Amino acid sequence: MALPKRKKSRARRDNRRAHWKATAVTYVTCPNCMEPMLPHHACPSCGQYKGREVVHIEEE
Amino acid sequence: MRHKNAGRKFNRTPAHRKAMFRALLTNLFRHEKIETTDAKAKELRRLADKVITLGKAGGLHAIRSVASVVNDAEVARKIFTTIAKRFPDRLGGYTRVVKLGRRMGDGAAMSLVEIIGETKPGKKDKGKTPKGEKTPKAAAPKKPKEKPAPEKEPEKPAEPEKASEG
Repeated sequence: MALPKRKKSRARRDNRRAHWKATAVTYVTCPNCMEPMLPHHACPSCGQYKGREVVHIEEE
Repeated sequence: MRHKNAGRKFNRTPAHRKAMFRALLTNLFRHEKIETTDAKAKELRRLADKVITLGKAGGLHAIRSVASVVNDAEVARKIFTTIAKRFPDRLGGYTRVVKLGRRMGDGAAMSLVEIIGETKPGKKDKGKTPKGEKTPKAAAPKKPKEKPAPEKEPEKPAEPEKASEG
């Protein structure tokens, strides 16, 4: 059976991992309340989507 | 090839899946809108459309077919008397799915499924009104009594409309 000849160095391991990156979440600004929201989703802060209220969110 | 493999299985046996969707459909027609996971919401659209089409067809066979899906006689009646009457001009696409974000706990994508044209007080109808106007015009000669009622309600929730302008 094929076996690794030697241990991978820290540098090789870390170089390999240098390409593991988190991607930033895409967001848009809600046209109603200007809060950031996910595209194609109802706004979590005002509950609106495409100009109509989808979910009722209580005001403080 | 995934030819002719429509639909989702949800890691459930056919009986479990059928029971789950019967419950979801019954509650969708009872409450007009329900929150569920995005995948279930999307699958629910095709099933709800079929039930509403049966509701439009009418007749004994349709009544029994609907009763075999919906878990509640009262809700089955509502499909024929109220819900199916809303869509004289619409051929399918009776539901709307709006994504709501992710659920706490398991991070599942959640969605709201609703039957289009629902007119509950406290809900804003700005976006719906133009669509709602079309339907009564065509349906006016047939049923003038039923249609004006859902049209009036959208006027009540005027507040959310202001909010959208600001």
